[in-house]
Amino acid sequence: MRHALMQLTLLRLREFTREPEALFWGFGFPILLAIGLGVAFRNQPPQILRIAAVTPTLTEALAREPLLEVRELGQQAADDALRTGVVLLVAVPGPEDSVIYRYDDTNPEARTARMIADRAVQVAAGRSDPVRSQDDVARDVGSRYIDFLVPGLVGMGIMGNAIWGLGFSIVDARRRKLMKRIVATPMPRHYYLLSFLMWRMLLLLVEVGVPVGFGVLVFGVPVRGAVLHLTAICVLGSLAFSALGLLIASRARTIEAVSGIMNLVMMPMWILSGVFFSAQRFPDAVQPFIKVLPLTALVDALRANMLRGVGLSDLGAQIVPLVICLVLCFSLALRVFRWR
Amino acid sequence: MSVSSTAAALHVRGLRKSYKDVVAVDGIDLDVHTGECFGLLGPNGAGKTTTIEICEGLTATDEGVVEVLGMRWASQARELRQRLGIQLQETQLSEKITVLETVELFRSFFKQGPAPAQAIALVQLEEKRDARVGALSGGQKQRLALACALIGDPELLFLDEPTTGLDPQARRQLWDLIEQFKRDGRTIVLTTHYMDEAEQLCERVAIMDHGKVIASGTPRELIASIGVEHVVEFSTASPVDLSPLRHVNGIRDVRLADTAVRMQVTELHLALPALIEELGRQRVPLTELRTHSATLEDVFVALTGRHLRDV
Repeated sequence: MRHALMQLTLLRLREFTREPEALFWGFGFPILLAIGLGVAFRNQPPQILRIAAVTPTLTEALAREPLLEVRELGQQAADDALRTGVVLLVAVPGPEDSVIYRYDDTNPEARTARMIADRAVQVAAGRSDPVRSQDDVARDVGSRYIDFLVPGLVGMGIMGNAIWGLGFSIVDARRRKLMKRIVATPMPRHYYLLSFLMWRMLLLLVEVGVPVGFGVLVFGVPVRGAVLHLTAICVLGSLAFSALGLLIASRARTIEAVSGIMNLVMMPMWILSGVFFSAQRFPDAVQPFIKVLPLTALVDALRANMLRGVGLSDLGAQIVPLVICLVLCFSLALRVFRWR
Repeated sequence: MSVSSTAAALHVRGLRKSYKDVVAVDGIDLDVHTGECFGLLGPNGAGKTTTIEICEGLTATDEGVVEVLGMRWASQARELRQRLGIQLQETQLSEKITVLETVELFRSFFKQGPAPAQAIALVQLEEKRDARVGALSGGQKQRLALACALIGDPELLFLDEPTTGLDPQARRQLWDLIEQFKRDGRTIVLTTHYMDEAEQLCERVAIMDHGKVIASGTPRELIASIGVEHVVEFSTASPVDLSPLRHVNGIRDVRLADTAVRMQVTELHLALPALIEELGRQRVPLTELRTHSATLEDVFVALTGRHLRDV
């Protein structure tokens, strides 16, 4: 009952659980985000593309294609509909039985409409394809946006909670001179830092358990890897970001100062690390930089485990950056930490 | 005094500390005997807090020797921490946790000491045991800080401005607690800028100004050292010629401060009739008259020409 490390950890837990805002940002927010994004990006039936044609012949030819919804409009009305985005494409007869498609080639949907419309026109005119083709539609669990999103949110949550949690608590204790007061007792100093790590580990259960459980139960997000491996990834990620948080908070004396540094550190990772969309979309030149960001490593490892069932032994490229972050930040933080 | 009671609880020689270009402590010597209450008295910015924090092992010194309970910080910090009780100036304990939880936390850092409930009873906070720290008054917070300082059953207590910012009743209550600690046989070192606090609590005081000790001894000795026993202050309805008063037997120093006149007096029974007679002769009505025995405040004024609170 009287052990100092336990009492310090209790202090962390009490300060946290008695702060309603902290509870919301820690647990409620990721769930709300998952619900919102899950609804916005839910899988819809194959989309019907809306186009317009200006002659009955063209309209009839295009209407045979089930993926298109064709309206017959006058030239002027068709142009207006195209300009205002009501239709994606307008089919107009050209000279010598040709067809002209008017559309915006930078819009992927319009390009799709162009291909489908042209195929319908060619088939109606008697084209026969030399190779027969058949569709085998795959809408597997694991390839939906929500499946991609949940591991991303879990990773982002681990980063945010660790960095905010440590950053604010440490700087607040320093600002109130509570840290100085505690250092004036016989308490071994490493207990003080360890208590933050213990606190993070305890909260990790809820921090990861809530969004993953929510994703599994509500959206049927898969967890294909070993749960033990998933736990290990989360623990390593949380430790690495706690160390980073410790380093961020090691010198700052005011909440304003530490907030600035925290945002500066986290902002690039929110954008680049592939939480909401694949990091592959960024240019090849920056890929090596993105790969070594700790959040990229954590999110990639979580996705590999949950979606593809990859084991820890095949995640070296993700584990190494996290371990480096942990060791580097922790040893640096210990060296420069301001105890008063 | 017997030999054992004069053993040094705190021994400081040639202490110096500068921050950038500001000299905070400029070569001070202190000796605090076991079992006494020793006061560092001085205005804000005199270097009291820097001095006490160096003695507490929280601030490194530039120069000088500090021995606490016969030990040095460099080699015996861990043992020292077990035997000291510390109250810092303006510490805000965590507001979210209760009084009992706070004391339990501090108790867990020490090998020995009273049970948390006992320490809370000692500072008369039983009723607030389960209240959150954020809900306490200033005086209650200060008493909680004292409970945290006492929780390791320390031989030596450092109290930095224990009553600053408190109302008179809360100060009085805190003084009673500190008197109690003295009776328990603990050595106490406290800083204050209240001269009445130092006179009330301390067996010996050192008066600090600009990083130096400008006088030290028992309050009685210090007051006696300025050779003045009483101070008379008066105001009049119209201007008065002060020069005849300067030659009265028993009046040492006459000064006009704002609208009031302040006289240092060695023999009150000679000075007062002479004052009344002189005012009657000049036909100047007296509007206010106060006398008090000389205090440490007067010692500070005599030594520096300034009041403690002026700074």
